[in-house]
Amino acid sequence: MSDLESFRAETREWLEANCPPEMREPVRDEGDVYWGGRNAKFKNDAQKAWFEACREKGYTVPEWPKEYGGAGLSAAEGKALRQEMARIGARPPLSSFGIWMLGPALLHFGTEGQKTKFLNEIANGEIRWCQGYSEPGSGSDLVSMQTFGEDKGDHWIVNGQKIWTSYADEADWIFCLVRTDKQNKYQGITFMLFDMAGTGVSTKPIKLISGNSPFCETFMDDVKVPKSYGDDIPAYVGEINRGWDVAKYLLGHEREMISGAGGGDRTAAIGAAMKRNAGELDPVLRAELAQFDVDALSYAAMGEKFLDELKVGKGHPAQPNMMKYVGTELNKRRHELMMAAGGSRALEWESEETSGGKPSRNWLRTKANSIEGGTSEVMLNVISKRILDLPGA
Amino acid sequence: MPLYYDEDQAMLAESAQQFMAEEGAIAKQLRHWRDRECKDGFGHDLWKQFAEMGFTGMLVGEDDGGLGMGNVEAGIVLEQIGRNLTPSPFLSSSVLAATALKHGSDDVRGRWLPGLIEGEKVYSVAIDEGAKHRPETIACKAEKSGNGFRLSGKKDYVVYGASSEMIVVAARTSGSDSDADGITLFAVPQDANGMSHDSVRLVDSSMASHITFDGVELDGDAVIGEVDGGREVLNAMLMAGRVGAAAEGVGVAQGAMEMTVDYLKQRKQFGKLIGEFQALQHRAAHLYSEVEIARAVTIKAAQLLDGGSEKADLMASVAKAKVAKAAGLAVKEGVQMHGGIGMTDEYDIGLYMKRDRALQEFLGDQYYHAGRVAEMSGY
Repeated sequence: MSDLESFRAETREWLEANCPPEMREPVRDEGDVYWGGRNAKFKNDAQKAWFEACREKGYTVPEWPKEYGGAGLSAAEGKALRQEMARIGARPPLSSFGIWMLGPALLHFGTEGQKTKFLNEIANGEIRWCQGYSEPGSGSDLVSMQTFGEDKGDHWIVNGQKIWTSYADEADWIFCLVRTDKQNKYQGITFMLFDMAGTGVSTKPIKLISGNSPFCETFMDDVKVPKSYGDDIPAYVGEINRGWDVAKYLLGHEREMISGAGGGDRTAAIGAAMKRNAGELDPVLRAELAQFDVDALSYAAMGEKFLDELKVGKGHPAQPNMMKYVGTELNKRRHELMMAAGGSRALEWESEETSGGKPSRNWLRTKANSIEGGTSEVMLNVISKRILDLPGA
Repeated sequence: MPLYYDEDQAMLAESAQQFMAEEGAIAKQLRHWRDRECKDGFGHDLWKQFAEMGFTGMLVGEDDGGLGMGNVEAGIVLEQIGRNLTPSPFLSSSVLAATALKHGSDDVRGRWLPGLIEGEKVYSVAIDEGAKHRPETIACKAEKSGNGFRLSGKKDYVVYGASSEMIVVAARTSGSDSDADGITLFAVPQDANGMSHDSVRLVDSSMASHITFDGVELDGDAVIGEVDGGREVLNAMLMAGRVGAAAEGVGVAQGAMEMTVDYLKQRKQFGKLIGEFQALQHRAAHLYSEVEIARAVTIKAAQLLDGGSEKADLMASVAKAKVAKAAGLAVKEGVQMHGGIGMTDEYDIGLYMKRDRALQEFLGDQYYHAGRVAEMSGY
């Protein structure tokens, strides 16, 4: 048996022993997702047991080095673990913007001190992070952002407003783009890290068309951000005034995440499930579902290829933009079809049968997929410029 | 298995790309033979060169003198064929017929494989009976006659049929037209008495036959695989052919897209390169995405097929349908973005549109395969 095969066998056994049956059910609502953080509560014992087993094993962040709370798995082992988890339908033990976004940035740009402190906190689910990027006047044109940090020697005084800060009202710390040089558009932004419990930070949830409020406005009013949190732990990632490099790097990760490249529901075929729910399908709807399934199964193959290539450094560096564009457009189409197949039942906004209007709320939620993290139009701009090398793009 | 080419496959891709760009180029092959109204529709010399490159017998087992490669490798060659619009019997001979012959007896393999590997012979397959691909229904009959069979019926869209030394024919040996069982595959030699070709030129300048079998006498040696048990061989052949046609389609899409993106960088209107217009940029970027995805699912289907996966049949249909959508988009956007010049015979982009059309239809179009995906998925 090869090393990988024996790893897979061990993993299978470990999952069998440690992943409770409740944690193999599909995620039904927000409470089923464990985000960690200072105020985190487990929904039930199974969620707690599953999280703790993974934390001990380093499986909240399996491919991070052991000294930062991971399991130090190779790319191939990581893939095998994901496949084995997918096989039994295991939920992610811990979800967080720390894992998806800040972590990768720190692994790439962080100092040893930052990695030791922040990555372990993330891996152990101790600190829940949120991302402060967009501002009311700076959406697609993010670099025009104006939240300003005035240099006061050993600290900054930060003033401004962020918007679309996911779960800011439940987060502990924020990684935030702050302008530190007004004369320099691209090289005048610093990627700051600070505690939201400090004076001057307030959040206000934004109610969306889905009726839910996963996003907030975040206000910074004379927030004092120290430049350092101790030896080798600067309060910024990368260099002062070079935060745009970090942001760009991270946008790539965000696009991978939103694109659903990792597989799961977003890449699955839906026709058969729709027939089970709807009974007979109208022939034209059936045809549309078949066309959708062709696209979804093809995109799943693309996602697999994309991840395989990413692991060995093949593939175009701008490919995440393509994945994000196609994945989000596909997901919107998926929910349009699910609404069509669901009929009037899917319109119910609060009924028990729909678990509080899940079909319609989820459908509305997907409309943001192609806006957040770079709109579809911006993605197409990037593909034009960086992959196709079209003039003036 | 990672979803990209391993080292050997990457080397093959490089040599296939170079070879096809030099020897299989549009001016040298497609236009050359078309403008001479060649009755074969392809060049025999190039077929010999395919043999020298090791392409002709790549799917044939090593024990039979082939290279024992898989459908991923065949797809690599086919993508370059598509990209250069190279007229070649590779798909029908080296993929479809070769896959069927793998199931043949020692005698059958010994009789037909060496000529294929050497590039001396060209083979084809006769499946369709009518203008649409409906292999579920096979009416063409082979009745027991002495020690052999007597073949009667009609077949359509037999690619390069009139130039083929042998044609693999799917015929009914028992049951009724739409039965899954009762099919037998026959290797019918070119000189069989009672076989007549109505050979026609298609929109893409390739040649295809309507074949009539009028009591063609075949001896028992002509049978490939089991009598009445041919459905399995037919399915294996169809899967390989569909994945192969998808790979060729990816090449057609890629070639059309490359030409078009180049053109966007050269053509000026309103004092600007037309590639500067966002209206065209976004469409080109969308096209790029579709072509990338089509390539990914084609490689995936080929890997599943080579690995003997149960999912191969489903994914072969997914790939064939997806590629049809992507390549269809590539050639349509190609002609539109070229503007008036795209409508001229002198310019190559229209040739891509024509080849795509013929390839779409070969072994089932996107509607057939999307329908198949629905059926196999249970709705």
